[in-house]
Amino acid sequence: MGIAAEAIKDFKGFNLKNMPEVEPLSPGHRACQGCGEILALRQAMKALGNNVIVCSSTGCMEIVTSPFPQTAWNVPWIHVAFENTSAVVAGVEAAYKAMNRKGIINQPDVTFLAYGGDGSTADIGIQALSGAMERGHNFIYICLDNEAYMNTGIQRSSSTPWGAATTTSPVGKKSKGQSTWKKDMPGIAVAHNIPYVATASPAFPVDLMNKVKKASMIPGPAYLHFYSPCPTGWRCGGEESVAVARMAVQSKVFPLYEVIDGQYVLSRKVAKPKPVADYLKMQRRFRHLTETDIQMIQERIDADYAELLKKCGVEA
Amino acid sequence: MGKRIGVEVSIAAAEAVALANVDVIAAYPITPQTHIVEHLSELVADGHLDAEFIPVESEHSAMSCCIGSSAAGARTFTATSSQGYALMSEICYIASSMRLPIVMTVANRALSAPISIWNDHADLMMSRDTGWIQTIAENGQEVIDLTFHAFKVAEDHRVLLPVQVNLDGFTLSHMIEPMNMPDKAEVDAYLPPYKPVLRLDPSKPVTFGPVGMPDIYTEAKMAQDQALRNSKAVIIEAWKEFGDKFGRYYKPVETYKTEDAETIIISMGSISETAMTAVDHLRSQGKKVGLARIRLWRPFPGPELFDAVKGAKNLVVLDRAMNFSGGDSGIVAAEVKSILFDQNHHPNVRNFFVGLGGRDVTVQNFEEMVEKASTNGGKPVPYEIINVRE
Ligand SMILES: Cc1ncc(C[n+]2csc(CCOP(=O)(O)OP(=O)(O)O)c2C)c(N)n1
Ligand code: SF4
Repeated sequence: MGIAAEAIKDFKGFNLKNMPEVEPLSPGHRACQGCGEILALRQAMKALGNNVIVCSSTGCMEIVTSPFPQTAWNVPWIHVAFENTSAVVAGVEAAYKAMNRKGIINQPDVTFLAYGGDGSTADIGIQALSGAMERGHNFIYICLDNEAYMNTGIQRSSSTPWGAATTTSPVGKKSKGQSTWKKDMPGIAVAHNIPYVATASPAFPVDLMNKVKKASMIPGPAYLHFYSPCPTGWRCGGEESVAVARMAVQSKVFPLYEVIDGQYVLSRKVAKPKPVADYLKMQRRFRHLTETDIQMIQERIDADYAELLKKCGVEA
Repeated sequence: MGKRIGVEVSIAAAEAVALANVDVIAAYPITPQTHIVEHLSELVADGHLDAEFIPVESEHSAMSCCIGSSAAGARTFTATSSQGYALMSEICYIASSMRLPIVMTVANRALSAPISIWNDHADLMMSRDTGWIQTIAENGQEVIDLTFHAFKVAEDHRVLLPVQVNLDGFTLSHMIEPMNMPDKAEVDAYLPPYKPVLRLDPSKPVTFGPVGMPDIYTEAKMAQDQALRNSKAVIIEAWKEFGDKFGRYYKPVETYKTEDAETIIISMGSISETAMTAVDHLRSQGKKVGLARIRLWRPFPGPELFDAVKGAKNLVVLDRAMNFSGGDSGIVAAEVKSILFDQNHHPNVRNFFVGLGGRDVTVQNFEEMVEKASTNGGKPVPYEIINVRE
């Protein structure tokens, strides 16, 4: 049994009856209505409880939770810069290790969490993240993937999907929006041979919280990729963001899975997938796409999903 | 009572960090700093030092790790040079703004391009306005002593600022010198364990590094400036205590034969040893020459420096980094001129750029500079680069 499987063998999950009441990330922050990032982050924090230290990257979740002298955080929280949250958490974790060993403190069970947006994770902070995962620090990293740099005004990132209109991948006579395909960040994390990688969505809160909880029980690095709708950047209604997130899973655009000790495990099989067109239709960032474009995206999504099923050892 | 050792100065620097009982070291290799962290990693590997050694993937992460570690309450160290400093500079500003007592040794080296691994003060000057306390060592003994002093000052609750100890790359870092290495008990008596005021602790949650809206940023910066100003008294006090305990006394500005000097050289770092030889030589020819050496660079010791040089007719100010102002002063000279201006005192100031990218600076060069300064007749002259090949 691998270290992750060993650590979670007695795992008893959350369900709707035993939801924790703690709110380490409190209401009263300044996120937009319907923000998927803050929703996902709140769910994650509920799962982790209060014995945690949080390191934030620069981005929406930093800005909306911390304008001095207010803070939405009921747990220790630190923000340093945009690209270095994985290095900061590594320092915190190392300090706790040293101080516990030397008897300066006696706090052996603290959980260390770092989070960043997709820009922070897949672009500017990927080096620090790779370094921290490679060195095996005991921390959880959460990528809050809203598929663009939202804090600076909806610019494209390497996690923006093909065809999405952003302010730096605009639609024009010679452009259909983002011209590259979404970077496979969970795959990159898996390639670091860390014990635990998972994808989750705030539209499936119990699944999300259970994955966070497992990540906290597993020694070493854990990487979690959260699909996080941004009504502001995706041009959909705030009240629709959970529906969009659910549709992303139902249309196979964002499949939910875990990678435990390198073994892929499908969290839920999409038996009767909805057409990708239904997903794209919900967001005005895709409204310029033609039937042919949508067909191409559908084929790509089908192929990626088939590949994932293979990795999970599940029959198509 | 410590022991007399003869080792490479970088090794001594690492031994001093170990004696300071550091908890976390995050580091990335760069010449000429490398020997310091190599030796620290050996000390950890051999069990001589109980610390976490984090071999990070870049200097940007080294300083970021240090911030995390220091904020968590651990005594924290790193070292770098030149391009490494440049890469970490974004985070260095944040370390001082967050009032974290990180200690960093910088083995001074020129900046690219052209790439040069050799010594000058480009990295030191680049880091001048990061809000760190900065000291500059002249020799190996000072490197050791300033290291203990750095932790003492940084962690003082009246200060809480990061401290950078500078030593000249190669010309000092790679020298083998005789030094006195204090023993553990002596260092422990001088340097109590680090007790953070605030730390990242789930049992007492605090928020570090929030957003500063326009109605708070100015006040935050003012408080930070005040902290740096106030640190000077503590820096001097810590040197006094060091002297009383170890018998070696230090101050912000060191003078050599300045009492009756007509011409005073103003220098920083190991080059001052050559300057002293030049002073002796010129004195033997009956020329009244002295030396004022800046040991504390930030906070800038204006009054102390003015006191040291106010009697002189001519000042020879050395700059060891190109600063491309397009004007008529190097950075050190501009600072010196500003304190003279404030006192309405106008000696003849001659500014020379020397030793760029490891170019040798000889006794003869000093004599040439002193000669130029004393024959100038008080007319303003733009800076001059010494020793340029035709
Ligand atoms: C070195 C650096 N470059 C650029 C910025 C400006 N910046 C701040 S947040 C941000 C984008 C954040 O995007 P992402 O990580 O996707 O998070 P989101 O805001 O979407 O949650 C950018 C470009 C910065 N703070 N630092
Ligand atoms: S811009 Fe998007 S990600 Fe940022 S707070 Fe608003 S909804 Fe959330």
